[in-house]
Amino acid sequence: MKPFSALLESLIFTPGRNAKLAHLRDYFAHTPDPDRGWALAALTGALNIAAIKPAAVRQLAESRSDPVLFRWSYDFVGDLAETVALIWPEHHDDAHVAPALSEVIERARIAGRSEAQGLLGDWLDRLDATGRWALIKLFTGSLRVGVSERLVKTALAEFGQVSIDEVEEVWPGLQPPYRELFAWLQHGRARPQVDHLAAFRPLMLAQAVDEADLRKLKPEDFCAEWKWDGIRVQVLGGARQTRIFSRGGEEISAAFPEIGDLQGLDAVLDGELLVRIGDQHGSFNELQQRLNRKTVSAAQLKQRPAFVRLYDILFEGDEDLRSLSFEERRARLEDWYRRRVLHMPLLERFDLSVQLPFKSWEELEKARQLAASVNAEGLMLKRRDSPYVAGRPKGLWFKWKRAPDTVDAVLLYAQRGSGKRSSFYSDFTFGCWRDDAAGNAELVPVGKAYFGFTDEELQQLDRWVRSHTVERFGPVRRVEPALVLEIAYEGLRRSSRHKSGVAMRFPRIARIRWDKPASEADRLDSLMSRIKD
Amino acid sequence: MDGTLPRPISLPQMHAPHPETWLKTTPRGLYVEPGDFYIDPTAPSDRAVITHGHSDHARGGHRHVLATAQTLSIMRLRMGDEAGRQQQALQYGESLTIKDVTLRLIPAGHVLGSAQVVLEYRGSRAVVSGDYKRRRDPTCPPFDVQSCDVFVTEATFALPIFKHPDDKDEIAKLLQSVQLFPERAHLVGVYALGKAQRVIMLLREAGYDAPIWLHGALVGLCELYRSSGLDLGEFRHVGDMPKSGLVGQIVLAPPSAIEDRWSRRLPDAVNCAASGWLRVKQRAKQRGLELPLVISDHADWDELNATLDEVGAPEVWVTHGREEALIHAASQRGIRTRALSLIGFEDEDPV
Ligand SMILES: [Zn+2]
Ligand SMILES: [Zn+2]
Repeated sequence: MKPFSALLESLIFTPGRNAKLAHLRDYFAHTPDPDRGWALAALTGALNIAAIKPAAVRQLAESRSDPVLFRWSYDFVGDLAETVALIWPEHHDDAHVAPALSEVIERARIAGRSEAQGLLGDWLDRLDATGRWALIKLFTGSLRVGVSERLVKTALAEFGQVSIDEVEEVWPGLQPPYRELFAWLQHGRARPQVDHLAAFRPLMLAQAVDEADLRKLKPEDFCAEWKWDGIRVQVLGGARQTRIFSRGGEEISAAFPEIGDLQGLDAVLDGELLVRIGDQHGSFNELQQRLNRKTVSAAQLKQRPAFVRLYDILFEGDEDLRSLSFEERRARLEDWYRRRVLHMPLLERFDLSVQLPFKSWEELEKARQLAASVNAEGLMLKRRDSPYVAGRPKGLWFKWKRAPDTVDAVLLYAQRGSGKRSSFYSDFTFGCWRDDAAGNAELVPVGKAYFGFTDEELQQLDRWVRSHTVERFGPVRRVEPALVLEIAYEGLRRSSRHKSGVAMRFPRIARIRWDKPASEADRLDSLMSRIKD
Repeated sequence: MDGTLPRPISLPQMHAPHPETWLKTTPRGLYVEPGDFYIDPTAPSDRAVITHGHSDHARGGHRHVLATAQTLSIMRLRMGDEAGRQQQALQYGESLTIKDVTLRLIPAGHVLGSAQVVLEYRGSRAVVSGDYKRRRDPTCPPFDVQSCDVFVTEATFALPIFKHPDDKDEIAKLLQSVQLFPERAHLVGVYALGKAQRVIMLLREAGYDAPIWLHGALVGLCELYRSSGLDLGEFRHVGDMPKSGLVGQIVLAPPSAIEDRWSRRLPDAVNCAASGWLRVKQRAKQRGLELPLVISDHADWDELNATLDEVGAPEVWVTHGREEALIHAASQRGIRTRALSLIGFEDEDPV
């Protein structure tokens, strides 16, 4: 674990690309298998271990230290993983030998979440501060050390004295801990083979765009589609099975057997996973009933059958289509669809995302306003000539979201931020009006926002909070219910966990309504009436 | 160090005055009333006892200054005529009576010449420890444990997140990086008094025998350390040395030189610094350091607490730093504690 944590530490501190490459090459050259392979998986996001929530890590650390000292330490450090790593009691005896990275990962991969928590405590006891920090980052899935997958592959290429294209070519067929890869790079063994229909490929993502940006672009260069409100998936259709991966590369086939059991698709496809309710596609809330489940009941399969709305094709058989233009790929997708899908039972599992014809941005704007009515989040714009490029390349694909919904709510509580913002009140809880049992108006919290404002507005809010405090509990202040915030959000859902009965997706402060009296803020029932079930 | 004086009694005698009746907190620092002198005063004073040469403790313009000979020579080097009109040197362990107070200086292990001040007045004893550390330091004698009725301690690193690693491992990181980047220079930000010389000695102990390059601000103090008998090996002033001459070299400079244009004279410098604060990675990152070395001249959390236990004073006064945390921990062990809100001390060193 020590060489790995030292590598991570060097990478976060090293600003220069060449120096980062030097650290990576040095690590690959001096670390044996399988440790270096697991490190490679961790750095490229290919590691799948039970994630432990930061709150659980905190709880574990608090059980090993004085809670008052923990709080002061956290205030000072501003980062939970680092606070825990630093405050954890040290053991300097022979009984506490540091585990190897491979021991940690091989064990963690087969452990469930609760078991992983126990293991974490045991390993923390055996590591030094940097090792503890790396371990916590690994387990909480926040391993951001400022290296892209591309940079790591460049280091591999330099280490093995091969071209980066060769590394890219073999990459999708490889699995951690990459023994064959290192055998090839270091010892000149055979180059690993790739099965195109079995390997997840990183997705191509879109940049956000608004009306002003669009004016700089030519409408005739682009195709438009709805941006659906399901989840983005990659479908790997092999001869015997079909695998479904979420955007982050997590396999979710088991939760969607009606697609996972299909055979012979012979293609790698890009699309939106949705559920069907009657003859329409269901809202995101409906889809959520099917997500995050290990198994699926027969009733669920019947009430909310899943299907994939296709919009791109990456491979057909062994043929790599990614360098073709979007228009050419679309033609290949339609062709594939005609040949493979237009007969039962695949028809129920796939459809094609329609292309929206338009001549001008004004015309498209009219379509965008209809997005909510077709359960779409907005529009996707794809350059006709764009190849399929992993990551978020500039200038090729854009998402043009529909205008967010907003609600006027009253500020109720403010809490200090953490880290850089620890000296400001920057987390805001807000509420809407309803009538209590006696028929008097009361405010009930409906959500919490901690961004959307400028630095200047943050200072204004901070000042307002300090001068309108009614009560303090630790880092939280209750304020006079007198300030109205216009809150923008992406969606609403019923929730029994919230006192108000409603949960907001992605709330943020759109405007501070200094001008609006609190009594004119929105009512909870008007918010509830916007929920689409 | 303590051969001549009787062992102090662990509790003040019935008639021994409690130190708070004669050792007082004033706006200019700790004042020993029955001896009419200040310890590390923050404003020019008639009589000052100085624990060590760091600028927040040793200030200029006092009429009479009492300190170890090494501290006095550091003060003369740093402030010339301002170092005090009358200077009186006292050896470690030697005792001196000033009016009704008996005083001794004993090693604090912080930097060359650093001392704790042992004060006795009518059978009660207080120790003002200044800044101190407990780790081995080849540049100064180790901290001397002296029992007392009141122990006055610093609290610079008084949070449980501060546990300084072994300095050998930190120096090994530096040498590894020198190997990995032979075409670059390594610029290490160090405090001019104490840290610079300690880092040099640690490099020498690790077998690094090439010349070590110094920013001009460090040369005088390194020469002073050398003349006090410490073998720092060969060091050279960077001066006008061209870039090509500094390839693969280790260069020490004050922390501020890392950010200013001075560092541009070095070939693609790897920015390093040696400080206890750098244990917190976020801090190191904020400073734009490529290689933080966690080396401190202060006691860490465990050492602060162990020191309170070893000294065994029934009462502890806490000066600059994170007083609240040390007070919280000491109180839980039944030690009476008090925060002395002294002003003018840096609770963070420059690095
Ligand atoms: Zn000092
Ligand atoms: Zn100090």
